[in-house]
Amino acid sequence: MNRETLTSAALVLLLLGIPLAAMATGHNFYVTLASRMAILALAAVGLNIALGLGGLVSFGHAAFFGIGGYAAGVLAWHAMMLQPFPLGLPGTKLMPVIWLVAMLAAGIVAAFIGAISIRTSGVYFIMITLAFAQMIYYFAISFPSYGGEDGLSISLRNAFPGVNTLDPFTFFLICYLLLLAGLFLFFRLRDSRFGAALQAARQNETRLAAVGVSPFGIRLAAFVISAMVTALAGALYADLNRFVAPSMLSWHMSGELIVLIILGGTGRLAGPVAGAIVFVLFEHWLGGITERWQLYLGLVLLGVVLFARGGVVGLLAGKARHG
Amino acid sequence: MAEPVLELRDMSKAFGALKATDGVSLDLKPGEIHALIGPNGAGKTTLIHQIAGSIRPDAGTIFFLGQDIGHLGVAGRVRLGLGRTFQISSIAPEFSALRNVMLAVQSQQGTSYRFWKPVLSDNSLVDPAMAMLERAGLAERARVPAAELSHGDKRRLEIAIALALEPKAFLLDEPMAGMDPEGSKGLTRFLDELRAEAPILLVEHDMDAVFALADRVSVLVYGRMIASGTVSEIRADANVRRAYLGDES
Amino acid sequence: MQTALLIEQLLNGLQFGVMLFLMAAGLTLVFGVMGLINLAHGSLYMVGAFACAAVAAATGSFWLGLIASLAAAAAAGAIVEMTVIRRLYERDHLDQVLATFALILIFSEGMRWLFGSFPLYLNIPSLLSGSVPLPGGSQYPLYRLAIIGVGVAVAVFLWLLISRTRLGMRIRAGEADREMIGALGVDIRSLYTIIFALGAALAGLAGALVGALQSVQVGMGEPVLILAFVVIVIGGIGSIKGALIGAVLVGVVDTMGRFLLPRAMELVLDASRANTVGAAIASMLIYVLMALILAVRPRGLFVANA
Repeated sequence: MNRETLTSAALVLLLLGIPLAAMATGHNFYVTLASRMAILALAAVGLNIALGLGGLVSFGHAAFFGIGGYAAGVLAWHAMMLQPFPLGLPGTKLMPVIWLVAMLAAGIVAAFIGAISIRTSGVYFIMITLAFAQMIYYFAISFPSYGGEDGLSISLRNAFPGVNTLDPFTFFLICYLLLLAGLFLFFRLRDSRFGAALQAARQNETRLAAVGVSPFGIRLAAFVISAMVTALAGALYADLNRFVAPSMLSWHMSGELIVLIILGGTGRLAGPVAGAIVFVLFEHWLGGITERWQLYLGLVLLGVVLFARGGVVGLLAGKARHG
Repeated sequence: MAEPVLELRDMSKAFGALKATDGVSLDLKPGEIHALIGPNGAGKTTLIHQIAGSIRPDAGTIFFLGQDIGHLGVAGRVRLGLGRTFQISSIAPEFSALRNVMLAVQSQQGTSYRFWKPVLSDNSLVDPAMAMLERAGLAERARVPAAELSHGDKRRLEIAIALALEPKAFLLDEPMAGMDPEGSKGLTRFLDELRAEAPILLVEHDMDAVFALADRVSVLVYGRMIASGTVSEIRADANVRRAYLGDES
Repeated sequence: MQTALLIEQLLNGLQFGVMLFLMAAGLTLVFGVMGLINLAHGSLYMVGAFACAAVAAATGSFWLGLIASLAAAAAAGAIVEMTVIRRLYERDHLDQVLATFALILIFSEGMRWLFGSFPLYLNIPSLLSGSVPLPGGSQYPLYRLAIIGVGVAVAVFLWLLISRTRLGMRIRAGEADREMIGALGVDIRSLYTIIFALGAALAGLAGALVGALQSVQVGMGEPVLILAFVVIVIGGIGSIKGALIGAVLVGVVDTMGRFLLPRAMELVLDASRANTVGAAIASMLIYVLMALILAVRPRGLFVANA
């Protein structure tokens, strides 16, 4: 086992260890905190496909995170209210169905946003993805049927057949297993032919075109897959908080997802896991000590960008190797 | 006479008032090396871009294997069989030499949209890629990240990538650039054999190589083709001597 | 009556556009010359607004507040440029996004620390507190007209600065070729600081001017910043002319959309639904506009240094 694999395994086990240790010592609150870590990590794994592998600096992934959240909220709301959608389609409280809808909806929106944004590059891409996410954010605020600015509560957490999702540790396990699935997807994608083309598009777009692969299609596919993974995390996040609000769609959320990746290590398999653990702990501890924790977060972030490139995984496992 | 593999008719491109190429016509026949020479700023690079599809010409048509390819982009032309190398090495720097070539192999197989199987243990990619690296004399450096290769090795890697595409014609943009004399000689021998596989349009400043290899030579000056013919015809051409070779002979 | 309302809304749109131009000019200048994407530009807008409100409250003079806003934003810009931004010019856009995102967090919390979480209020100066009759019989606030005037003046000032002065010549040289101005012997470091501070001062001015129309509070710069991004993406990043035209376009389309769309919807829907649907669509209108423009021209309307 090389250092990278070892680091990844250690980080993934650490995340599992947090709720176990918490329950053993009676600090049950930390189970929920660990769920939050797993969910944010999964969202960042999604973004890492576009940003880390493909070099697509999407500053609008909150759009997909929020779409996932609203899929959960809206489907549950229709189920609770016994109010069918147009065409008589019923709402649902079943997580697997919700996840599927969340991913499909985000995939469709991502195909549309991607088709326009990926024709541009560099700073244009950053700003356009940001602008599209804002568009969806303002739509959520000004469209009153699903709570508008106030958001939408999910009065009872959605259900998964055969288990009790209300139990915090069970819900953590669901999130954790989905995170593992997301990491496995990232791992296979990265090492596949598609992943090779995607990483080549980031390293040298001209070269990719000159071997006969059009970078546009590769990037668009990556953007859509990336959005779908982030949307899945969004659906879980809504269930964790039992609440969706436009803030899930806000550009701060997009920024935080990028922060998770950079803190952890851009393009690295376990980067999002490391980033999420560090970020959530930081938020929790500093938030407990001072109201001004965001000030310190800003300073730490600035330090990481200016002086410690490579993030936590870079620190633990050294530079990335591409074989 | 055999049908040309590649044929340009009246290609023109202007950047503002500057005519980078001005009514250029040329063709490439099976089995030949056609050298394109000219002083710096003559429009050779612009012409290469027009052929490769990265610059849209203002006017003119371009036929490849009997088909008008003017509407195709860079990647589309490569898929048809137009393989090129770059004047300044263009590689994926983080990938090893081997993975750079494997990328060309997977493209040649049309399999870039396979999402699951790991490439590094995939013999249908690794074996052909290794074979190309061996042909280009780079097999020992296969696992080295491309960014860490020496200049000459990067030039060889460019060639290996082009070979892996199994093109119907090669477009080689100054393949000898920056190579030491030993490397240039080796590459000259290599290209001499390569023409049997596919014809080569060769842009090159190294006149020894050009005169040793070319079946035909075309001379581009200020965007216009001032002469085209065999090596001895070009050597004897008064216009060429005045405009271009004057300072050397 | 309807025409008067229409003219009033058009002027509102123009005033909004002018304010966006003050923001977008600095962003696009910094990107055009230094190649930097600066998310913290909205924080400088906020700094200007707070400086104006604080000084106006202390001295009772809006005009002193206005001067303070220019000075505070320019100083904040210069300090940030020298301590942080300078290290980012050679970095990729991802690092720039992240570092300036961090600056937003620092600025926002810093302001909350200094001024608390409650919004400050800034009164319109008495000189400009009247209104002007419009054709059709209604009245239009003089202050908003004054903002439009300031915007026009700044546009002319920037045009003169860039086309007629030594500094402008260096800015143009910097846009064309960064190495060349070094070769010309221009001190690039201080040139960059000056440009950044200039952009910051314009953002601060915008913040101060708008502060008298809305409340002054932490986070006020962020929605404006994103609209300014839309503006420069539409106009073509790096182009001042594009920023001006893009800003007016966005300002007018947004304002008119919010005004006209609900009314247009009433033709097909009942009044309350028309209002909500119209408002929801209007809130997305400028983004649709941006998407349409980019679908035709991926690099915006005016491509700088093509």
